[in-house]
Amino acid sequence: MKRRRFLEMLGTAGLCLATPAAATSAGMGDVRPSPGAKGVLFDAVRCIGCRKCEAACNTVNELPAPKKPFDDLTVLETGRRTDAATYTVVNRYLPAEGAAPVYRKIQCNHCLEPACASACFVKALVKTPEGPVTYRADLCVGCRYCMVACSFNIPAYEYHSALTPRVMKCTMCAPRLAKGQLPGCVEACPKGALTFGRRTELLAQARERIKGSPGLYLDHVYGEREMGGTSWLTIAGVPFSQLGMREDLGTASAPELTAGALAGVPVVVGLWPVLLTGIYAISKRKEKQAEAEKRAAVAAAIAKASAEAEAKLSSELTKAEVANKRLIEIEVKKALESAGQDSAREES
Amino acid sequence: MSEHAVTAKQSLFTPFNVVAGLIVLMGAVLTVLRFTGGLGAVTNLSDDNPWGIWIGFDLLCGVALAAGGYTTSAACYIFGFKRFHSAVRPAILTAFLGYALVVFALHYDVGRPWRLPYPVFLSQGTSSILFEVGLCVFIYLSVLFVEYLPAFFEWQRMPKVRGFLVKLTMALTILGVVLSTLHQSSLGALFLIVPSKLHPLWYSPYLPVYFFISSMFAGLSMVIFEGSLSHRYLHHKMDQAYTSEHDGVMLGFAKAASLIMAGYLAVKLFGLSMDNRWSYLATGYGAWYLTEIIGFVALPCYLYAVAARDRNLGLVKRAAALTVIGIVVNRFNVSLVAFNWQLPPEARYFPSLGEIGISVFVVTVGVLAFRFIATRMPIFHAHPDYPESH
Repeated sequence: MKRRRFLEMLGTAGLCLATPAAATSAGMGDVRPSPGAKGVLFDAVRCIGCRKCEAACNTVNELPAPKKPFDDLTVLETGRRTDAATYTVVNRYLPAEGAAPVYRKIQCNHCLEPACASACFVKALVKTPEGPVTYRADLCVGCRYCMVACSFNIPAYEYHSALTPRVMKCTMCAPRLAKGQLPGCVEACPKGALTFGRRTELLAQARERIKGSPGLYLDHVYGEREMGGTSWLTIAGVPFSQLGMREDLGTASAPELTAGALAGVPVVVGLWPVLLTGIYAISKRKEKQAEAEKRAAVAAAIAKASAEAEAKLSSELTKAEVANKRLIEIEVKKALESAGQDSAREES
Repeated sequence: MSEHAVTAKQSLFTPFNVVAGLIVLMGAVLTVLRFTGGLGAVTNLSDDNPWGIWIGFDLLCGVALAAGGYTTSAACYIFGFKRFHSAVRPAILTAFLGYALVVFALHYDVGRPWRLPYPVFLSQGTSSILFEVGLCVFIYLSVLFVEYLPAFFEWQRMPKVRGFLVKLTMALTILGVVLSTLHQSSLGALFLIVPSKLHPLWYSPYLPVYFFISSMFAGLSMVIFEGSLSHRYLHHKMDQAYTSEHDGVMLGFAKAASLIMAGYLAVKLFGLSMDNRWSYLATGYGAWYLTEIIGFVALPCYLYAVAARDRNLGLVKRAAALTVIGIVVNRFNVSLVAFNWQLPPEARYFPSLGEIGISVFVVTVGVLAFRFIATRMPIFHAHPDYPESH
């Protein structure tokens, strides 16, 4: 029993050691927002597609002027996405034939645990406690992994800048927020389709609107849980898939998707050298053993051969001795005989 | 020295040199365009397709095909297959040049290449899989450089430095396997973050495992492939030990590759079942997936097995070529073909001539560097001063 208890304690200690390492390696600590974090609620039911938000965004962010002016609504005829000169676009969707068009504003959703920030290998993209996901051009290497990682296809790149290309995306007007101003788009919206505030309050407000006019809205706040939750929330009267929004993104945040792989790093670093040194030691030992066996076999063979040779030699020697003895005996006999003959001759 | 100069002059305008020279010239022009006009001037990259063949081919295939360095040195030094010894140096050189070229090619792909040391030295984004890749590639490139250096110091006749470096072999080999395990798998793990963009047949939580296992047979096949090319063009540089061991290396590697590929197929099958992706096999992407798995993994796996059994070197070489193509197909599928599969056709990516040009240029630079080193330094032959150490 005592041994079992000890093993349990050992296991717990191991877990305690492992957990914080896994958590920090996944970068969870860096990106968790504070409860007071701000966000924006977009109401597709209220949006009329006037593009005033696009114009305001362009002005406050000092982006290059577009080819067609912002009051030209023919651009709504084709679907657009954000690009290096456009942090936000409004697209028009026709959910059903003959039905009234629905508009949706697209910009960075400012995820609670952003894929782009967790993918950035120089921490150029950061989730700030205030809510916005901000970008530091002075750190960015330009690997564009953030663009690969973003499930919403938001970050864009200055592909035509030779020496100082930047990743371009909505900042929720973080500089304006710092000065106590509203984001440019929110301030410009004439229909109240955009509401700025604490995310928790925006969620409550969204639910109230849904509850208040159930015929107008679908009972879903997009961004509450998608990709681990976003600071920018959307409510609408038609299914989100009809507004070009992915409904298959799941609720796992980006860091959760890569946490497992990152947790494997200490395992590999810890286990491989030990295992490989072990394999090396075994193969070396086998080699040595084989050599020792070989040497022993050779020695045994030599020993056997020399023993045989010795035995043969000694038997030969004894044989030779016997033969010698006999010869001597014969010689002695001969000598004795001849001596006897001699003496007999002398006597006679 | 003057004799050398004369022979060099005579052989300067071989067809190979002329073609290589033209490619290098083209590379120089494209380099100027790239760094004066930005990425947009030479590539078809877009906001939806931020990674093209400079990542899909130069990085993903480059690293996978340079895996021969860690597989060969591990087989020889750790697992004790001494008969593969003569294959270690060419494999290390191929790997070193491969990784050097990966880093070289990255200078074209990233927006501000002079900042490439930032993630290692200035601001570490430890939550990023790409950080792990970058750090490992940076350290492993240094490890491969040190592993290659003994050949250089033998050439320069500096026995003391060489002797010291040779003593590090074992530690460097283990470090190399650790680093390779990490970044080979991490290249697959890069795509774990986008289940929404990668086709379900290629997306799997096992992506890092797939990439790691496939890097092993990619490396082995590349050693065979590179060996057969070198045999044809650099035969005069090879010594008795290399040529006599060569067939054994080819057959041993063929056997190993066949076994690992069988294991890879099993893991793939396992992943497909785990995620229950069978229904996708009946689609167009499914047909392409099956082509990759059957045509470029199962088939070379079988060919390797037959070739090893029959000791058929020609078949080993053909299986190796097929496997190398298969690795390129797989990495292209994950990073380009199955990536963004839900986008409409007009928003999909196809490489520009400029991108292909730079990739061809990078490979050519690698071949030239390999030839330069292999014809001068003791790579395919032991140095007369160190007959045992080859």
